[in-house]
Amino acid sequence: MDGITPQLVALQLFTGLALGAVYVLLAVGLSLIFGMLTVVNFAHGAFFMVGAYAGYALYQVVPNFWLCLVLVPLVVAAFGMAVERTLIRPLYGRGIDYPLLLTFGLAYVMVEAVRIAFGKQGLPVDTPELLQGSADILVGEFPLYRLFVIGVTVLVLAGLWLFIEKTSFGLIVRAGARDPQIVRILGIDVARVWLIVFGLGTGVAGLAGFLAAPMQGISPEMGGSVLTVAFVVTVVGGMGSLVGAIVAGVLVGVVESLAVLFVPEAAKVSMFVIMALVLLVRPQGLFGRAGLMN
Amino acid sequence: MNRTTTLASAACIALAAWCAPAGAQTGPIRIGLPVPLTGPYGAEAQDQVRNAELAIREFNDAGGLAGRKAELLVRDDKLNPAEAATRALELIEKDHVDFIVGSLSAATQLAVNNVTRQRKVPYISISQSDAINEAADFSRYTFHESLNPHMTTQAVGRYAFRKGMRIAFLTADYAYGQEMTRGFTRVAKEVGATVVGEIRHPLGATDYSPYLPRLMALRPDVVVFNNFGRDNQISIKQAGEFGLKGRTKFVTPVLTYTSRVAAGARVYDGVVGGSSYYWAIESTTPSARALNDRYRRAYNGAVPSDYGSMAYSAVRSLLQAVKAAGTSDTEKVVDALAALRYDTYKGPQSYRACDHQSMQSVLVIQSKAAPQGSPDIFSVLQVAPASADALRSCAELGFK
Repeated sequence: MDGITPQLVALQLFTGLALGAVYVLLAVGLSLIFGMLTVVNFAHGAFFMVGAYAGYALYQVVPNFWLCLVLVPLVVAAFGMAVERTLIRPLYGRGIDYPLLLTFGLAYVMVEAVRIAFGKQGLPVDTPELLQGSADILVGEFPLYRLFVIGVTVLVLAGLWLFIEKTSFGLIVRAGARDPQIVRILGIDVARVWLIVFGLGTGVAGLAGFLAAPMQGISPEMGGSVLTVAFVVTVVGGMGSLVGAIVAGVLVGVVESLAVLFVPEAAKVSMFVIMALVLLVRPQGLFGRAGLMN
Repeated sequence: MNRTTTLASAACIALAAWCAPAGAQTGPIRIGLPVPLTGPYGAEAQDQVRNAELAIREFNDAGGLAGRKAELLVRDDKLNPAEAATRALELIEKDHVDFIVGSLSAATQLAVNNVTRQRKVPYISISQSDAINEAADFSRYTFHESLNPHMTTQAVGRYAFRKGMRIAFLTADYAYGQEMTRGFTRVAKEVGATVVGEIRHPLGATDYSPYLPRLMALRPDVVVFNNFGRDNQISIKQAGEFGLKGRTKFVTPVLTYTSRVAAGARVYDGVVGGSSYYWAIESTTPSARALNDRYRRAYNGAVPSDYGSMAYSAVRSLLQAVKAAGTSDTEKVVDALAALRYDTYKGPQSYRACDHQSMQSVLVIQSKAAPQGSPDIFSVLQVAPASADALRSCAELGFK
């Protein structure tokens, strides 16, 4: 193709980074839940969608974007914890496919419930007043709202990292992931830890859904394509690795964006190509621990 | 009554060949309507159902065909060609419909048409397609009530393109988008504008950011969004957020009422596009006023959308042909449809003999600011009158 200037490549690269930030936010909850609980959460996309709809419903009651931004992850996390407590907990210790099948079915129930409550056709969501328009980022114009999403993603990731690596509760979480039995013998309530981790993972998914709504509107099926991306990023980065999710999300976003420039037909396939290559060379993913699935 | 029908149809299955036409003459007149209720075109599809029901009710209230009532069987094709073909087949084989109307996508309607023409069931399609006019896909049983991409792009392109303009496309990569690109490219050449590039995206994409910098770098005067439904709303919204709108004119082949209502005035501000119908033509068109009033009474004062009203027209004109033929017999109804001169909702229409394309007016409209909830959302810029000249010639379509 003609007309590919360094400036265009730079802008496309930045677009890829922004896209990657969204992907990271999608994947990190899934990765967290798998890493700690070895639950493959097929309802992750549905929690994403519930976050978007919760934001929409909440906004009708409290028309304040910033308040909703804080409340939505809490609401979805509470819902996620209820799901863990009532549906998933009885399945611990039974093999990895039990919670997988459960969450797979749960996703259908959630999508159908939202269709009944809000209708099939999807709803538009306005970008908050303050974040409309675009900003000059040296290589070109970029939507303010997407810059904001990158900022939120960075904050969330920093918070998660501090929480898991630097707090004493995080230490318990990490220990629980390594060897739940020993942790239990030490007198720690592992069930409570898992409950909180599940809430954390689903809460982040809900936040991602809330943030995605002004960019693409909301519809009951919006979680479907998200689940695919989240799984690809998680597999590439390594199941259960926070760093892996970050690196893989950004990698997938940037490659997809640059592919649009150079091989547009292959843009959508590019993430699967990356996944296939990683699986061939390093089956546990870039930053994954081997043997988690056993 | 119901049991008799069941028994009768059971007997019909047993005696398939001789009994089937006779059996079809007694029960209600059944019309199948496969539309994509779920998925990105759901809003449009739902209004098609509302409108089709309106036409059925109108026919039944007027006494039907000498007492025989019409019945609508709605199916969800999920915007998937395989699903649409299956639903059409079920409607024919299991539900024994007399006619099929519907499918809202260039790809699904071709799938349905494949099924209906093999089984000789009359099919009126209500979605944009050029291929369905062409000799390869045509059959005596195929009718096309919708506008087609050729006539749409001719009207919109001639309005929006000027000599020397740079035109770029953002295209949904399937039949609809590709046919629109082909149509607009032809107009661009005819008026002396330059096509500077095309970016394709998969159907149902939700994030267009990777496509937009490339699109901007083409420095177009006009960006044409050759996509539909939710894709159209999201891509126009995101292109606006990337600052593309300040420098270029946004054009879309089909600017639908439902999309504009769903996405709001700000997203669609100033966008120009084509349309088969806008309710406000009622000021000059009596049949439009009749439909609008009927729709307002039935649905709390709302007005019918463009794709919705097309379903009304398809069902109503079909039942008009049934009345004219005096029977639901397939061959006689097909003859009656082909000869029909009808004005169901937008002025005079009729099917061209060679390809059964409905010759009709094309509107060019522009989105305008309107208070939330007001139906007055478009201004009509131009009305291209119904004419065979707006279509590709029969020879070009491969008919001899």
